Amino acid sequence: MKHVAETKEVSGQSPNYLVAKFQDLVNWAVNSSRANSLWPMPFGTACCAIEFMATAASRFDFARFGMERQAFSPRQADVLICAGRLPFKLAPVIRRIYDQMPQPKWVISMGACASTGGVFDNYAMVQGIDTIVPVDVYVPGCPPRPEGLLYGILLLQKKIKGESLFDAVRRREEQPLDDKGLRLPPETTDEISEPFGNSVHQFRSS
Amino acid sequence: MSPVPGALRSEVARDGETIVFVARDRLLEAMTWLKETPGQEFDYLVDVTAVEFRDRERPLEVVYFLRSLTRLADLRIKVELTASAQLAVDSVWSLWHGADWLEREVFDMFGITFRGHPDLRRILMWETYAEGYPLRKNFPLRGRFSRAEQVRQALNINPEANYSLEELSIAEAAGDLPDDVRDRLRRGERGVVPDLPNP
Amino acid sequence: MSKRTVELELATPGVDAQGRPVRVPLTAAAELPPPGLAEEHMLVNIGPQHPATHGVLRLVVELDGETVVRCIPHLGYLHSGFEKLGEYRHYNQIIPLTDRTDYLSPMSNNVGFALAAERLMGIEITPRCTVLRVIACEMSRIISHMVWLGTTSIDLGAFTPFLWAFQERERIYDLQEMWTGARLTTSLTRVGGLMADIPDNFVTKLREFTRDFPKTLAEIDRVLTRNAVWAGRTQGVGTLTAAEAINRSLSGPMLRASGVAYDVRKDKPYLGYETYDFDVVVGEHGDVFDRYLVRLEECHQSNRILQQALDRLPDGPINVDDPRVILPSKTRAMSDMEAMIFHFKQVMEGVKAPVGEAYVGIENPKGELGNYLVSDGTAKPVRWRIRPPSFINLSALPRMAEGHLLSDLIAINASVDIVMGEVDR
Repeated sequence: MKHVAETKEVSGQSPNYLVAKFQDLVNWAVNSSRANSLWPMPFGTACCAIEFMATAASRFDFARFGMERQAFSPRQADVLICAGRLPFKLAPVIRRIYDQMPQPKWVISMGACASTGGVFDNYAMVQGIDTIVPVDVYVPGCPPRPEGLLYGILLLQKKIKGESLFDAVRRREEQPLDDKGLRLPPETTDEISEPFGNSVHQFRSS
Repeated sequence: MSPVPGALRSEVARDGETIVFVARDRLLEAMTWLKETPGQEFDYLVDVTAVEFRDRERPLEVVYFLRSLTRLADLRIKVELTASAQLAVDSVWSLWHGADWLEREVFDMFGITFRGHPDLRRILMWETYAEGYPLRKNFPLRGRFSRAEQVRQALNINPEANYSLEELSIAEAAGDLPDDVRDRLRRGERGVVPDLPNP
Repeated sequence: MSKRTVELELATPGVDAQGRPVRVPLTAAAELPPPGLAEEHMLVNIGPQHPATHGVLRLVVELDGETVVRCIPHLGYLHSGFEKLGEYRHYNQIIPLTDRTDYLSPMSNNVGFALAAERLMGIEITPRCTVLRVIACEMSRIISHMVWLGTTSIDLGAFTPFLWAFQERERIYDLQEMWTGARLTTSLTRVGGLMADIPDNFVTKLREFTRDFPKTLAEIDRVLTRNAVWAGRTQGVGTLTAAEAINRSLSGPMLRASGVAYDVRKDKPYLGYETYDFDVVVGEHGDVFDRYLVRLEECHQSNRILQQALDRLPDGPINVDDPRVILPSKTRAMSDMEAMIFHFKQVMEGVKAPVGEAYVGIENPKGELGNYLVSDGTAKPVRWRIRPPSFINLSALPRMAEGHLLSDLIAINASVDIVMGEVDR
């Protein structure tokens, strides 16, 4: 918790001046408002979407954490929650939805399939949405429990509260590398899509 | 010998069901006989799929699961296709409309064309998918291209290209397409997939 | 392109000094479009990201005003290569994959696959395992229908039944978690048995659930069934005749709502369903309203079956006593040489199936879920085919939607009860 304000004593009277850095005050105000009212864009594809719905329902209820309105239009959303596996056919769709979201925007990758491809290390599955969109928080699990998703949301809120409006590096500005829309160099994509563990041996068919 | 016209031989599966192998050129005749003959009345098509074996000598099989709801009887019909010859078989869509998407999926996954199908296009992969037919045994689990190349190809299918020419003609927007997009759509139309080098 | 002068009487005109209304002619200075715009059809794209498509389904709709002339569904946005993956996994390794096809009723999928594998290998499961699998299937039916009910209500504007339905789901999720450790991806069955036996308080909690569940169903029924808005939006919408339903290979509640009394549990019984006392719910008109009634009543029937299954649950082992198929217990594997060898072979090589093929269809909540396994004598299947009920039910959507309004399309799409994981596999 940043030290925002300090009081100053003036000539023996009770402290009646509050001094703070302008930057800190603005950051605190802006970041708290952003963090405590994150409207999610639920990009729900598979099983994680069901746990997402369970988190939205009465027992766990992420409306308590500020996600009161699920924005199904990306133009009105703050955070894109990719809940579920992402096949290659859906890749341009999520990229376009991400591009349609206005700044400031964040991405939560919910579940193992969205984070790394999960159990689906095959021809059809994107091995992690971070090859396509930049991700802020990864929530592991298959599917993650609603408490896990809530923890991920709280982690994102903490991250947002640590951001600064006056950051010299403009967030989320990225240019595609080629006209085909690739944003990561191919070596990086191949590296983060590498098979995990000994699944290299799964080529054997008997 | 099985009374089904064009039957070559018949077997019994491990679950007790009868399998009848039918010659490829007499398939439609056999299916029509099975659907319309009183006493057979196979009015319900349960599934259509294909099987390729790991033993490359064995032919591919197109498997039809038929059921008669009136007699509560099941039957499995198989057509053998040699992989070296042309993978084509007659469509049974005219008999059972349920074969519509089932045959499209077999085409998408195996490359078997169904003659007489009204709309044979890829259904699960995108229409201009260039890696091949996924469920064939010569198709590796992770696909033929590298992951980066797969991502690049996937991002390249701009959603406008996912409208077929038929759909765009509704909006009368087919004329507005740039030439290369129109050509690409035409290439991916109606089951014509770019040829792949034989492994 | 002529200019037209239009005279309008303004609703609240100005009044002149004598209190008489003043009429002002309105001249349309702009060029009006030629008549003919009204005849053009619109192309509208719904999805794949859309709250009401129940997953990543894309519908390209040709509209004449608000009326749907043609609806072309596009699938494949959740295609995950399950069948290809199955060729590279042992039979028990495929069980976790089956959770993820129809993720609304995972235990039902597990049971379906295990039955097919056991039929292929010629294994007879124990009586206790049979009854426990029936309990699993019926619990899955209830949770699947509750999701359907909740999401369909939301699509048609009623938000509260969603919360009630999901609360009931949470109670079943608690039971699933007690039994398997997972809420959603249960991986309950193994070839020849189950992953674990039910814990001690399972029967009590499930009995409590079956006692309280009809009250929630009655509440939902009271709110929806005679509701003018609900009936107005669902009656007469998306009708399919019995002959059309059979010709399009529909199954499950979609087929039964059209009047065809086919239920796999009654007509090709498995797991001893012929010994249970329950009714097959058959509709009459084949519209969305009938499908709703069929599914609602099916929940009641599932409740009945659950109570009967709990009453007759026998004691005994859950796994078949075959060390080539079931892993021996840890103590035996550590103390007995032969058991250790069996353990080693099963883990390293997997359970080998004999050469042949088998197809088993079960009554999934969505329809007839079939698993077709072809084996060449090794531990990994040559071909694993899932006969997907939602995929085939969805193929009837273009036919059902023709001639209806756009908002009816949403209702019809909801009534098909699709789960895209199963449609696309």
